[in-house]
Amino acid sequence: MKITRRGFIQAAGAATAISVAGVPYIALGAGKKVVIVGGGTGGGTAAKYLRMADPSIEVTLIEPNKHYYTCYLSNEVLGGSRTLDSIKFGYDGLAKHGVKVVHDTATGIDAAAKTVTTAGGQSFSYDRCVVAPGIDLLYDKIEGYSAAAAETIPHAWKAGPQTATLHSQLEAMKDGGTVVIAAPPNPFRCPPGPYERASQIAMYLQQAKPKSKVIILDPKPKFSKQGLFIGAWKKLYGYGTENAMIEWHGQQEEAGVVKVDAASKTVTTAFGDDIKADVLNVIPPQMAGTIAVAAGLIDDKGWCPIDLATFESKIHAGIHVLGDASNAIGMPKSGYAANSQAKVCAAAIAALLNGQEPGTPSYVNTCYSIAGKDYAFSVANVYRLAEDGSKIVAVSGGVTPSDASPEQLKRDVGYAHSWFNNITNDIFG
Amino acid sequence: MVYKTLTKVSLVAGLAIGASSGAFAADEPKTMMGASDTMLANTCAGCHGTDGVSTGPAIPTIAGLSNDYFVEIMKGYAAGTIPSTIMGRMAQGYTEDEIKQLAKFYIAKPFVKAKQDFDPNLVKEGGKLHDKYCEKCHAEGGQSAEDDAGVMAGQWTPYLKYQLADFNAGHREAPKKMAKKLKDMMSKEGQAGIDALISFYASQQK
Repeated sequence: MKITRRGFIQAAGAATAISVAGVPYIALGAGKKVVIVGGGTGGGTAAKYLRMADPSIEVTLIEPNKHYYTCYLSNEVLGGSRTLDSIKFGYDGLAKHGVKVVHDTATGIDAAAKTVTTAGGQSFSYDRCVVAPGIDLLYDKIEGYSAAAAETIPHAWKAGPQTATLHSQLEAMKDGGTVVIAAPPNPFRCPPGPYERASQIAMYLQQAKPKSKVIILDPKPKFSKQGLFIGAWKKLYGYGTENAMIEWHGQQEEAGVVKVDAASKTVTTAFGDDIKADVLNVIPPQMAGTIAVAAGLIDDKGWCPIDLATFESKIHAGIHVLGDASNAIGMPKSGYAANSQAKVCAAAIAALLNGQEPGTPSYVNTCYSIAGKDYAFSVANVYRLAEDGSKIVAVSGGVTPSDASPEQLKRDVGYAHSWFNNITNDIFG
Repeated sequence: MVYKTLTKVSLVAGLAIGASSGAFAADEPKTMMGASDTMLANTCAGCHGTDGVSTGPAIPTIAGLSNDYFVEIMKGYAAGTIPSTIMGRMAQGYTEDEIKQLAKFYIAKPFVKAKQDFDPNLVKEGGKLHDKYCEKCHAEGGQSAEDDAGVMAGQWTPYLKYQLADFNAGHREAPKKMAKKLKDMMSKEGQAGIDALISFYASQQK
């Protein structure tokens, strides 16, 4: 074809959106302003990779906090092998890439006027908006739990002060104490996270408070990397024996937590059992972050439906949603997934702002879980988009084999730490 | 061209590559092909660092290698002839053409030598051992990519240690000449030789 799509649009002299059957709306000459709401893994990556793809794109990142604490490896803070400071990142690196960082809270997005407004009274106009707010915690799904109760009964499912609270409670706990983790129902941020957390806490207790134990109460019948976790727990923490340092109770026992008494640190399960904890960690059900709700980007299940090739909202054109808040059908809600999705989204936006059609996407997820000293395993997948766009399909990968050698498990600890260094540098550096 | 031998080995073993066929899960829908070099390559950066420059310490830098070396290693992972924890699972997700695309992207990026600790007392000895056993294929003190062998100068130490351990344990097959040289060195110098070599490579930071 002699006349390219780009050439056609330029020839048509279009300043506004042109619709051609079967291809996305493409606005040319409308400017190249992108406003990103949320400076976590997805938002940070999108900001950097937009600037890398096309330095003429003006990128504004709106994020209330001066620092971001990664959820990934925050369990190592609980286990005592990592400091809270080591998972803390600022925004200077993104500023060096030419990203305008605004510390304010986005409160509304007008998809028709293409503006983002903030709590600080600012208004930002955009040609494309990226919404990456992460998750909101549904405290009210558990009787007796609330944002106020979370001050003493931490969820620690957003890292930072919550992580510090849970860590100090574990340190203050007496030997022989019981740590209860109330795991959330699907879908939720970081599917292997509660189980890695139990492992890290058990590792700490084993050397500091060996008469103690961790009880996981789970509304689900099974969980991510279950075989590998159970294998690790058997090997490291006496799982299944009288002296088990980790117990897991699932849907089969109606073990999901439905009620919390914050004062006595007692939880009630769906079955009706009351269990008293010395340290109580309640991870409530989740949905897309607040701004996604305010902007009308969620479906009736509380997540944001999107075009899987561009991450553009299926509800509001011009707004892209990625990371945990999105319903990226086929991919888990993980940090790596958000990082990978942000690159697909950034490439699509850069193409669209330059009057081109977005290219074929490619996605990856890699997720390590550190179950104990010299003991880590992973799930890793390469993904492609289904031709009909209906889902993101894993074309290779899977979990660490169950017969992995001690040397491999040990190496994966090193790889997990390297992965952390590289992904955080890929986002914030 | 030390890798010629390995090329033949892994090409045969590498026939398993071909992710788009849907062989991974028969009931999954057909998937889109044709992602650009940059689109494919950026997915690697979450583990290997932006533009393939790793901040380490265990995951290697993949920028600035030779095309042939990059392709051979990826095929070796996919075929299982090179042991790995996760790279085998990842490499199988790409077609041969896509592996060439990844190589094209990363060979054009500069290899940045790692800033890392080493034993300064071993560097001189390591340099001697390198010249004696390694330099013929890993030229310029192990920093050239043009010889189609791995870049060792400035590569992350734990990664190099893992690879040498795998070669020595027979988990990873070395090309014939390398196998002979490595065996020679191990019988004369033992683990001390490895430590000296590693220090020599890590000492090259500019």
